[in-house]
Amino acid sequence: MGMTMAEKIIAAAAGASEVKAGDIHTVELDRLMSNDGTTHLTIDMYNQLKEPRIADVNKLVWIVDHNVPCDSVKTAASHKKMRDFAKEHGIRFYEGAGVCHQVMMENHVTSGELIFGADSHTCAYGAVGAFGTGVGCTDYLYAMVTGKSWLLVPETLRFNLKGKLKEGVYARDLILSIIGMIGANGANYMAMEFGGEGLKTLNMSDRIAVCNLCVEAGAKTALMEVDEITLDYLKAHGREPKHCFASDDDAVFAHTYEIDLSTIKPIVAKPHFVDSVVDAKECVGTHIDEAFLGSCNNGRIEDLRVGAELIKGKKVHSLVRFLVVPASAEVYRQALSEGIIDTFMEAGAIVMNPNCSVCWGSCQGVIGENEVLISTGTRNFKGRAGHKDSFVYLASAATVTASAIKGEIATADMI
Amino acid sequence: MGKIFKFHQDVDTDQIIASQYIIYPTIDEMKVHAFESLDAAFASQVQEGDYVVASENFGCGSSREQAPAVLKALGVKAVVAKSFARIFYRNAINIGLPVIVCKDLYENVNAGDEMELSMKEGVVRTGGREFQCTKLPEYMQGILDQGGLIAALNK
Repeated sequence: MGMTMAEKIIAAAAGASEVKAGDIHTVELDRLMSNDGTTHLTIDMYNQLKEPRIADVNKLVWIVDHNVPCDSVKTAASHKKMRDFAKEHGIRFYEGAGVCHQVMMENHVTSGELIFGADSHTCAYGAVGAFGTGVGCTDYLYAMVTGKSWLLVPETLRFNLKGKLKEGVYARDLILSIIGMIGANGANYMAMEFGGEGLKTLNMSDRIAVCNLCVEAGAKTALMEVDEITLDYLKAHGREPKHCFASDDDAVFAHTYEIDLSTIKPIVAKPHFVDSVVDAKECVGTHIDEAFLGSCNNGRIEDLRVGAELIKGKKVHSLVRFLVVPASAEVYRQALSEGIIDTFMEAGAIVMNPNCSVCWGSCQGVIGENEVLISTGTRNFKGRAGHKDSFVYLASAATVTASAIKGEIATADMI
Repeated sequence: MGKIFKFHQDVDTDQIIASQYIIYPTIDEMKVHAFESLDAAFASQVQEGDYVVASENFGCGSSREQAPAVLKALGVKAVVAKSFARIFYRNAINIGLPVIVCKDLYENVNAGDEMELSMKEGVVRTGGREFQCTKLPEYMQGILDQGGLIAALNK
């Protein structure tokens, strides 16, 4: 019987010739990413082990991105613990380089790998055909010590993309539309696999944005077929693919969806659920206090270019704080060289160093009681961006920037 | 028997423990903030042996293991839901917090009711009635029986 991409990657990692959805296998991990959200707890547990050891230190990547630079004495203690441990054990360590998934994509991930990340948006790595999945710190520690873990082989939802996104519509609108269509647990325990002619119209930044958000439909992982765009991206970053898997023609999918990209419209996800999606036009005029352009989902150079083009020569509304946060130092420097940072600052935006920022609500930029944020971040859960009684709308870089200019939710065609 | 604390569908891990607390040095420092945005009295009222009962997709969102960890630290005996988001489910088993799917319990109990769960039988008993749960796959029950993944590693 044919296998899906997810099954092929797990089979390779398990040393098995064939696996099928529903089986549990012991797998060898290729890479293990952890960030400052949970690593301090991983270290505490490590220190309590009877026989503490690291199977292969070269597989570990630790990234400080959630609260960087640190914002409190408590955070400083957690960071110091992480920093000291990484130094002592020779773990690859980044601090200030960017949001973990963007740093991983720029420096480490390659096609066909099986990667655990102690962060739910690890599914972003599917953009290059790698099986990335989010785990907690106990899972992470077990894999760090043994080099292995157990995995239930997921069923796969297949998305065949055709056509092309219209002008002014972005990958962000596409994935929010899909999440709205299948629901917040529509892909629970499953892999979401993307392919078809339409995929070729999406660049790597688009692909990362789509895969990154699949966990908001409950997905265990997201996977995209490897093509020239993937190989060019890897080559430009000095990497070779490990495996270039594609699903077999007779692979079994739990369901197959046909998506015509030309039918996608600008979308807004309303508070407090990512699947509460509506046509962006329905939200026009909604009051906002803050706008955020950044995150592992939408803080790449392509997103900043969209925002900069809209805001060039205009001003951020006087009653709005507009935070612009490049997803990595590489993105930041590129934006500087293109004059994009100057454009945002000229318009009155607050440009910050690469970090998770207000996307996770425990960093600079948090919003107060009853305040409203429009964001390119990953989530709009209750309290996600600060006060428990505050509101987050999710949208594309274009809609967020247009809203920052208007002082209320607006679409780019209104600018 | 333990008391039921009842929660709706799509309870995300930010509601179980908010971002600003997860970077605290220890689980004990975080646990007093569990469910703060949904039920501010939860952490002070829940007692050893009590249960959390929820609707669909419990624990969706972030991979923060602090979510099941604070519930376990507060003495929650198990979480019984119509369905779980996968990372929460996996994390709970890995740290030794029993979680089990029961499709019919949620609609038939109220907050404050008393119940008892047998993981081995996959049965909830409450108010003179029995509710069948979906028993855990043997592999995962094995991890729970050993007290979680780290306890297994230490053996």
